[in-house]
Amino acid sequence: MVETVYPQLIGLFAGGLLLTSVLMVWRHSLLASIRLLATQGIILAALVATIGMHEGEAELLVVSGLVLVVKGVALPWVLARQSRATTHMADESPRLNPTAALLAVALLTILSYAVSSRLAGLNASIPAHAAPIGLAMVLVGFLLLVTRRRARSQLVGFLLLDNGIATIAFLTSGGVPLLLELGVSLDVLLVVLILYAFAGRMSNKFGNTDIDQLRELHD
Amino acid sequence: MAFALWTPLIIPAFLAGLSLTNGFSRFRRFSGVTASAVVLLSGLLLVTAALQDQVPSSAGGVLRADALSAYMLTVVGAVGLVSTWGGLGANTAGHGKYAGSYDALVPVFLAAMSMAVLADNIGLMWASVEATTIATAFLVGHHRTRKSLEAAWKYVILGSVGVAIALLGIVLIYAASRGAGEPTLSWLSLSQTNLPLDPALIKAGGALAVLGFATKAGLAPMHSWLPDAHSQAPAPVSGLMSGVLLSVALYAILRIQSITDAVIGPEFLRTMLSIGGLLSLAVAASLLIRQRDYKRMLAYSSIEHMGLMAIGAAIGPAAMPAVLLYILGHGLTKATLFVISGRILAVEGTPVIADVRALLVRQPGLAIPWLIAMAALLGFPPSSIFFSEVGIIMAGWAAGMGTVVAAALVLLLVIFAALTRLTIAMTFGSPPSPVARPSYSPHGPLLPLVLALGTTATVAFIGEPVGALLIRAAAVLGGAS
Repeated sequence: MVETVYPQLIGLFAGGLLLTSVLMVWRHSLLASIRLLATQGIILAALVATIGMHEGEAELLVVSGLVLVVKGVALPWVLARQSRATTHMADESPRLNPTAALLAVALLTILSYAVSSRLAGLNASIPAHAAPIGLAMVLVGFLLLVTRRRARSQLVGFLLLDNGIATIAFLTSGGVPLLLELGVSLDVLLVVLILYAFAGRMSNKFGNTDIDQLRELHD
Repeated sequence: MAFALWTPLIIPAFLAGLSLTNGFSRFRRFSGVTASAVVLLSGLLLVTAALQDQVPSSAGGVLRADALSAYMLTVVGAVGLVSTWGGLGANTAGHGKYAGSYDALVPVFLAAMSMAVLADNIGLMWASVEATTIATAFLVGHHRTRKSLEAAWKYVILGSVGVAIALLGIVLIYAASRGAGEPTLSWLSLSQTNLPLDPALIKAGGALAVLGFATKAGLAPMHSWLPDAHSQAPAPVSGLMSGVLLSVALYAILRIQSITDAVIGPEFLRTMLSIGGLLSLAVAASLLIRQRDYKRMLAYSSIEHMGLMAIGAAIGPAAMPAVLLYILGHGLTKATLFVISGRILAVEGTPVIADVRALLVRQPGLAIPWLIAMAALLGFPPSSIFFSEVGIIMAGWAAGMGTVVAAALVLLLVIFAALTRLTIAMTFGSPPSPVARPSYSPHGPLLPLVLALGTTATVAFIGEPVGALLIRAAAVLGGAS
């Protein structure tokens, strides 16, 4: 690969990841969030493939395919399948209004750049320069988890957080070993399936999936 | 001896598969007990190997059992046996419509914990800890009531987000090892081969990993899932979660600590763990004083004991044998108490302390083991918890952490008073209406409870081989192996 194209591609894909994360905070419709999540999974797979081709590591190309299947197709499909049946109540009324949420995203992104600049070991290679984007995704995922009220929107936040961790892993060290990557993907898939089953039970029992309903257990 | 590394993983998985088939339905209620027995036997085999200075390893070194791993595996098996065997009583375990999934998930849970303690790879250890969340999610929500659904949702969200933070930390540690020229996740090479690891990355990675696993260990301020999950799960599952799952998470913290200590010294994590430990004690103390639910009371007591263990981990190698003995003593005692609490719930039909009066007069078969186990939990000698607590406090004093230890002691006194008051409220007094005939039935198998309490009472006095094993296991973390 041409040496000047590589940093640009890394920058492009990292920018795409950040953009999809910001859009997820901005959009309130669950279905739109899920489509953004799928897009993000595809961008992440492209990023992994780029690093893999540049480093000449066949293993990373396999991982890229795995990311594409799990994060780009399987997880969004699982989430969307249930949401389509319940679109009438898929609109979110978050705790933060959009302006405040976007401002918070900007602050979190600045914070993640500030934190990453103190980790000297992260700045060794071209992809590592983009690592703060991954940290920003983790923080935005937290923001979604804290501010969203519907059970399934929280799931989107959880998956964004997981994508952020994967981004950091790929940008700083070319990903974790393949076996671990498989284990992590399987774990995340199972957690999402479990939460999805619980969200279904919640709809049956409470009539909706507003987690503000979960207030019976306290001291 | 390498086969003993595989039996605690494969046989429970096999039993789990069998439990889901129809032909096995008559025997599947024993799947948890069998799986625990297999884990316990494998653990004892590995302990004998460790005492002869052997370190069995398999699968290219990914599975490895030094003295610490062997000890932890034995604890998992022993606590599992007490919980599942004690839960065999006809009306205590969750044997209803969904018995098949229950009997399949308990062995999977045991196998996941075994893998977590046997893996010499922090990545695999992470995946196993996450697998315990997956296995227990449906067990916590087993009763399918509104409350258990709420507990299960909070547990899975907090548990997996917390453990995701730990993954971020592990990724940073991996990046540090890659920067040092040898990408590895083996904690053995990370902690003992003096790789030139980047201190800033290890510091950030270690802090995040400890924070993440501390969520799973129930340390404050990330403890909020614990009382809900423990009070809603079926009693044997509560016993397993409280008795060993928390300790397995603590084990993960100890392994991470052995990596960071080698690179940036012990000061950093010492501060973190001391704060977490003291906060846990404070949370437990403040919520135990006015506690109304006896299963939640046991859950807060677990937060208390994990807090003290975290302080022990902060003190370092001098307190480590006491912390390891603590893990066994607390596990067995807490499993016993949760099993009895399940029986009280089945007999009395209420989890509220105020509604369970004069148990000693009406149900002496339940009240007597409950009182003995509570006394052991409160740290009356000869319970091994007494010796562990004294060991940690003395070691902390000697290590110059007098302020932390003194604060912990004050909080322990408050907790002692609160727990004593609640136990007396449940057991003593005169019943509202005269009792025709007190029931001496223990409402389930008595032998596992006797064995568990007998072990806690005697284990602290056995210098050889228990003392030798604890010292070897502690030495693993001290850097010399």
